[in-house]
Amino acid sequence: MAKQILNVTDLSMHFGGIRAVDQVDLDINEGEIVALIGPNGAGKTTFFNCLTGIYNPTQGDIKLYQEGKKEARLNGLKPNQVTEKGMARTFQNIRLFQKMTVLENVMIGRHCRTTSFIAGAIFRTRHNRREEREIIERSYSILEKVGLEKHVNDLASNLSYGAQRRLEIARALATDPFLLLLDEPAAGMNPQETKELDDLITKIRDDGLAILLIEHDMKLVMSISDRIFVMDYGKKIAQGTPQEIGDNPDVIKAYLGEAADA
Amino acid sequence: MISMEELKRSFKASVWFMFLTFPILVIKVNPIEKTVIWRWENMAFVGIGVFMLSILIRAFYIHRERLRSLTISKKRFGYIGDEPLVQFILREPKYLYPLAAATLLFALLFPSLFDTYQTNVMTTALMYVVLGLGLNIVVGVAGLLDLGYVAFYAVGAYSYALLNLHFDLGFWAILPMGALLAAMFGIVLGFPVLRLRGDYLAIVTLGFGEIIRLVLENWSEFSQGPSGISNIPRPGFFGMEMDLNSAIVYMYYLVVGLVIITIFVVNRLQDSRLGRAWIALREDEIACQAMGIDKTKTKLTAFALGATWAGIVGVIFAAKTTFINPASFTFLESAIILSIVVLGGMGSILGVIIGALILILLPEYLRALSEYRMLAFGAILVLMMVFRPQGIIANVRRSYQFKKSAKEGDA
Ligand SMILES: Nc1ncnc2c1ncn2[C@@H]1O[C@H](COP(=O)(O)OP(=O)(O)O)[C@@H](O)[C@H]1O
Ligand SMILES: [Mg+2]
Repeated sequence: MAKQILNVTDLSMHFGGIRAVDQVDLDINEGEIVALIGPNGAGKTTFFNCLTGIYNPTQGDIKLYQEGKKEARLNGLKPNQVTEKGMARTFQNIRLFQKMTVLENVMIGRHCRTTSFIAGAIFRTRHNRREEREIIERSYSILEKVGLEKHVNDLASNLSYGAQRRLEIARALATDPFLLLLDEPAAGMNPQETKELDDLITKIRDDGLAILLIEHDMKLVMSISDRIFVMDYGKKIAQGTPQEIGDNPDVIKAYLGEAADA
Repeated sequence: MISMEELKRSFKASVWFMFLTFPILVIKVNPIEKTVIWRWENMAFVGIGVFMLSILIRAFYIHRERLRSLTISKKRFGYIGDEPLVQFILREPKYLYPLAAATLLFALLFPSLFDTYQTNVMTTALMYVVLGLGLNIVVGVAGLLDLGYVAFYAVGAYSYALLNLHFDLGFWAILPMGALLAAMFGIVLGFPVLRLRGDYLAIVTLGFGEIIRLVLENWSEFSQGPSGISNIPRPGFFGMEMDLNSAIVYMYYLVVGLVIITIFVVNRLQDSRLGRAWIALREDEIACQAMGIDKTKTKLTAFALGATWAGIVGVIFAAKTTFINPASFTFLESAIILSIVVLGGMGSILGVIIGALILILLPEYLRALSEYRMLAFGAILVLMMVFRPQGIIANVRRSYQFKKSAKEGDA
């Protein structure tokens, strides 16, 4: 049995009367690709936002277990603190820094792992120059990994849609996460781009990261995930291996039936 | 280039405006004489004005559409040599360094080439360059619309005036203190507005600016009220006695030095870990936090560092004029400094310098224009927003060169 790294219990997020997330349990093991699926409006993005500190959940516990560190409770932490703990995310509606270059976008990801501040910026001591060089080199190698090294100096806004999605992943990787959360990374991609994304996600997993993936593309989800969680109307309605989920009548009713006409 | 359809729409807009402004602009009731005055000419003004403006805006959109389709077709043919000349020069050290050296030489020779009046005017303009560069950190780089920047300018000026009055401290001792005090004010005023953005932030900072001015005006025991503080000493130069002329020239060189330091520091800040965090904050606050940047710390450093420059220039302002009162720190000042940043180009150092020189020197030399200064400011800003939102000089991001694999970045 693999080691657990994230354990979410009884998580709820209410907006007034709306129960966007309702008592959801979820866990992720080391080096696993876990998919979170469900129809539009099921509460998947809201669940992500609770995990990453953008919302403070109404109820429930989010616990992080890391090699050699005490277990950490993430509830109520600010988004940047969650990222520092080692969970990084991408956004469903791409949120790149449009007027910065591709490289600079990734360099921002290095922010929480570096320390230069005002004096360092002005006087550029040896330490700061070395740190800056490391930021640049590291960011560049991440761009190579996601296949964007040709676009280092382009503005993020000038990238194609698929490339922007990959840049979001690169930016998240730059924060040195051990768990990567991807919110519909294949949305709007053509089959070729989806295939490349599939390879990229597998490659990231092989580097030792765990991945929590929200996705609509069933082919991608079924081929890539180790386990799948299904949400509908804020509730978790099923969990299991791709095989089990594919055969689950509830899921077919709630999700696959609707996905056919979506 | 404008179709009949567009003309019709503009006409419709102007009719609407005439109708809507009819009760306030046309009818004037005199309740004492019980007469009604019909000011039809106002209706004509409104109609013609709105019609012209509407045409102007439409022309702009057509123009922009055309530009956009132009760049797209350029890309299709793989043509990318459409970089503006200025940016090309800024990028090439071969041209940049001689140009910078020539500018510096001119700046250093300025007092011997022109008379004291001109030198004095130039000193003022350069002070605004520094103010513009300071506000540029807050507004242009970090994207926090601050309309109360003049408050920190006032803090600097009053620090010098009051500390000198009560404790007899000299200019050079107070200069760093003024900077520090302004930075502290920047943080203190920054705290309550951490959650605000855009228009809300603008309104609250505007309020803060006015509060500081009103306090200075009304708390007479502290600040000597509206009558202000006079006989503030000029900066000393190793205890040398100076006549007015050499004092002005000395002041000029002091400010030139400050401008150089400011450019150096602001340039390095923009191109650092902190500067990138500011820009990211401007671009997308949520994504910025999600990438591990502490929003609070980043915003407060922007406010503090922006305020620092205002504090420094404030001290210099008090020393230069030898007299200050709250009337020097009205919202108008904030508006001028903001106009400099917007006109020059948000985030662009060269742009802000040019913006400051234009906005401060032009009214000085076109005396006739200075009556309509505010009108001209407004018009310039509106026109800029419509036709060139990025400012005179658009900010370009630094690019890095990589050999085969990851190698050291190169400007
Ligand atoms: N900030 C919010 N305020 C109110 N309702 C919200 C908010 N965010 C999400 N919701 C609601 O929560 C539900 C789930 O949305 P979301 O998590 O985006 O779904 P999904 O990502 O699964 O498509 C929707 O009904 C949405 O309207
Ligand atoms: Mg969603």
